[in-house]
Amino acid sequence: MSKLKTFSVGGIHPDKHKITSACPIEDAGIPETVFVPVKQHIGAPAKILVQKGDRVKTGTLIADADGIVSADVHSPVSGEVIKIEEQTGETGYLETMITIKTEGDEWEESIDRTPDLVSDISASPEEIVNIIRSAGIVGMGGAGYPTPVKISVPAGKKIDCIILNGIECEPWLTADDRLMQEKGEQIIIGAKILNKALGIQKAVIAIDENKPQAIETLHQLTRRYVGVNIAVCRTKYPQGAERQLIAAVTGREVPPGCLPVDVGCLVQNVGTVHAIYEAVQKHKPLFERIVTVSGDDLENPGNFRVRIGTPASYLIDKAKPLGTPGKIIFGGPMMGVAATNLAAPVTKTTSGILLLKEDSVNIFEPTACIRCGRCAESCPQGLEPFAIAGFVRRGEYQSAKKIHVLDCMECGCCSYICPAKIPLTDYCKLAKYEIRKKK
Amino acid sequence: MSEIITANIIVLSLIALAAAVVLYFAAQKFKVENNPLAEKIAALLPQANCGACGKAGCKDFAEACVKADAESFAHLYCPAGGSKVMTAVAKELGFSTPEHEPTVAVLHCNGTCENAPDKVEYVGLQSCRLANRAFVGKTGCPNGCLRLGDCVANCPFGAIEMDKKTGLPKVNPDKCTSCGACVRICPRGLYEIRPRGENGVMLYVACSNRQKGAVARKNCKAACIACMKCAKICPEITVENNLSRIPASVSPQTWGAELAAACPTGAIVYTGNKGKENEQA
Amino acid sequence: MLKISTAPHCYAPADTRQIMRDVIIALVPAGIAAVILFGLAALITMATAVAGCVFFEYACSRWWLKTAPSTGDLSAVVTGLLLAYNLPCNMPVWMTLTGCFAAVVVAKMAFGGIGKNLFNPALVGRVFLFISFPVQMTSWVRPHLFDFMNVDATTAATTLGILKHADAATSATRLTADLSELPNYWEMFLGYTGGSMGEVSALALLIGFGWLLWRRVVSWHIPVFYLGSFLVLTGITWLYTGSPAAEPLTQLLSGGLLLGALFMATDYTTSPMSRKGKIIFAVGCGVLTFVIRRYSSYPEGVSFAILIMNAFVPLIDRYARPRIFGTGRK
Repeated sequence: MSKLKTFSVGGIHPDKHKITSACPIEDAGIPETVFVPVKQHIGAPAKILVQKGDRVKTGTLIADADGIVSADVHSPVSGEVIKIEEQTGETGYLETMITIKTEGDEWEESIDRTPDLVSDISASPEEIVNIIRSAGIVGMGGAGYPTPVKISVPAGKKIDCIILNGIECEPWLTADDRLMQEKGEQIIIGAKILNKALGIQKAVIAIDENKPQAIETLHQLTRRYVGVNIAVCRTKYPQGAERQLIAAVTGREVPPGCLPVDVGCLVQNVGTVHAIYEAVQKHKPLFERIVTVSGDDLENPGNFRVRIGTPASYLIDKAKPLGTPGKIIFGGPMMGVAATNLAAPVTKTTSGILLLKEDSVNIFEPTACIRCGRCAESCPQGLEPFAIAGFVRRGEYQSAKKIHVLDCMECGCCSYICPAKIPLTDYCKLAKYEIRKKK
Repeated sequence: MSEIITANIIVLSLIALAAAVVLYFAAQKFKVENNPLAEKIAALLPQANCGACGKAGCKDFAEACVKADAESFAHLYCPAGGSKVMTAVAKELGFSTPEHEPTVAVLHCNGTCENAPDKVEYVGLQSCRLANRAFVGKTGCPNGCLRLGDCVANCPFGAIEMDKKTGLPKVNPDKCTSCGACVRICPRGLYEIRPRGENGVMLYVACSNRQKGAVARKNCKAACIACMKCAKICPEITVENNLSRIPASVSPQTWGAELAAACPTGAIVYTGNKGKENEQA
Repeated sequence: MLKISTAPHCYAPADTRQIMRDVIIALVPAGIAAVILFGLAALITMATAVAGCVFFEYACSRWWLKTAPSTGDLSAVVTGLLLAYNLPCNMPVWMTLTGCFAAVVVAKMAFGGIGKNLFNPALVGRVFLFISFPVQMTSWVRPHLFDFMNVDATTAATTLGILKHADAATSATRLTADLSELPNYWEMFLGYTGGSMGEVSALALLIGFGWLLWRRVVSWHIPVFYLGSFLVLTGITWLYTGSPAAEPLTQLLSGGLLLGALFMATDYTTSPMSRKGKIIFAVGCGVLTFVIRRYSSYPEGVSFAILIMNAFVPLIDRYARPRIFGTGRK
């Protein structure tokens, strides 16, 4: 193993809390009712195809992609559509959801439910892209960008490097880690499928060194699969961010305003690649995912295979909280969303649900900036959060724009590291909001 | 001795001369052309640079006034200064004083701590614009006031204050110049610049919730539930998207008391009936 | 009731108070060395300076700035300790308190308190005393190991004072006579020499700085580039002129250079933010220290060098910005 890779600018080392990395993936079961949002991705909401009273099977298409940047939605359970209306999501805002009452678990006949591994890739590159599109696959790391758009390379550009993102740099989360430990071979075949779709020979699986089990498993497997390599990376947050990961693995830096494809790279989360395997080889659309349910006051934290649309409260009951949680987070603690509504459903992009104790989420009163420079030092994009915060306090958003606040990816490093506890990320978000509003 | 003095005088004079020459050319090169009339007019303006007139600042507005003819001057108005300032400007330029109805900012939300109690605790940076993106708000109403005071912090005239009792921002009509800063800053568009009405008596719907009545009521007792009672009383009132709107043309004096009494949730505010308003606040 | 905030939802444990506590811990070895070398007088001066700074900070924030007293962050303690380390141990108490006033009220609170001061408060205090009371500020007590009362306090010249004197001397006999007063390297390294009470022991300062590095409170850039640029210039002069006054190792170990480079120039508030800026700042300090020591009438130039460079920090911060990710590199 050569020198451990990592990105050079900034980064922090938050406490890992990966307490669930040894918990095997459990089946969460099927709740009585599921709430399936029609917009679980970036882009246009999907067009609803069903009506109240319709009967659906598990895997039935219930909403159709509206336009190119959009994604299909499939029924995660079998049963009856009982409601199609706006309901509150995890942030408390209304989202259009299809409510399905579960009856049994009858799958579409086309889905191959056997556990057998299918390693021969028979589909042609065009077919692969079409299958991925009709399986409703989106980036499952958190952003939810529709995968078929990402793997359709614009004319004149060429991808020469596929990176599978198994970094999972957020504390607490272990969904990808477990998936690599248990479904390593499927992920590698998924990588091969991507290779075939893009007509290139190589793929790299990037893993943080804090996942020795996953590294070991995949190492064993890659001996049998030519062209799939492992890149072990030195643990640092936010290594799982697309740009930082490309810099860590290839040394290339994506310039501001450009996309990874401009430096010839494609990054796919390992969860997404697993979904691609299931879609192409097993004809199974994306209607379930792995969710880490963890936190500092749980009796039974773990990794669960969850049907999309399962209410968070159902999973929280499974994890058995010991006290009243102070904060419930959808996603990781660095970039996740604090939830107001526990009936909100798991979506394609929910990688974890965290229940943190009240005293572990206390926010301290900000004090005066002591100009220590740690925010600038930790910023993976090379920005100066302290200066941005100064401009935002004075309402000088254009000055903030001049020091590149729009390159901020809101990773939270500056707020995390600030000894004066100044909410620097919030100031950056505010600056971005104001600049975009004025356009 | 005298030689030294002479030499000193000569050297220092030369330095002074050289500096004067440099300064002269520098002043020529970097001279900023200023219209004296525009400066005179700018001096009449409030100098708040609030941008309410649609120009970049008071100086910009003054220049526009100087360039304007009688017809286009009628479209120029300084909301912050009001008709008093505009009369002075018009007098300076020899135009007739433009007519302009006095206005004030009103908040279309009555989600007070009592009407819409907090359901969660917000602990981040106290900014409505930020909180609006992060979640629905403490009260659970997706259209209501977030009660974090961006309008208070951004009012250039200090006319808005946080009412500690209600948790809502309160516009002080004496200080408000209807510059519109609050309209622009509010992420939920809760402010409206409305005619002040006779003696400052106003009538409006203090709610912006577009959810169905039952949903809206769950979060806020004072929500408009689009029951249509007001629309039946006064035909000018429109109810769209589960929300009633009283146009400014509806006379508060004529309709106010009746409408406010008819509204089952108290979403209609009639400032003529002081007792009613105090009860809400 | 659930709590809501924007991401991130977890924070690093380090806060301002903890950083200041680390700096205080790092200053402890030098304090112990001062007490061993100069006895009780050193302890009294340190206690006076710390108490004075904390009092002035509390009083200013309470009754002048009308903010919550900021003494809880311990920054006033750091200022007090650093000021004390820059004074001779036999400083009269009222003079020390005057220095505290200059440091905290004039240099820090008048600018708006912690984080807003342009100049290093402890150095402003020192320079203020140095200009106001030059005699007291340059009469150095000869160290007496473990003699806590230090009753027979005699004065000693500082190494730099000897060197300055020697450099100015013309006759060869004077030169050798002066240089024989010089302490040897070990004495200088351990601190058995005249000088300000905190600056004499290089060993204690290095131990303290090691702690700061280990705790990642400061980076190595400022000290290394400061000392490096200073040593290079002194070394060139030494090789070129052969003057014993420019001998690099003696120059390094004497005077306030180590205290300045390790603890004063690395002060967060008064040094640049970016790595690039830190290097520019440190090299500027090194060059100025060399120029003042070599060409001015003062034997010591560290405080002035750092204060002058402090004034350039906003300018440096403006131009030495970090590289934006994805730009400026192929």
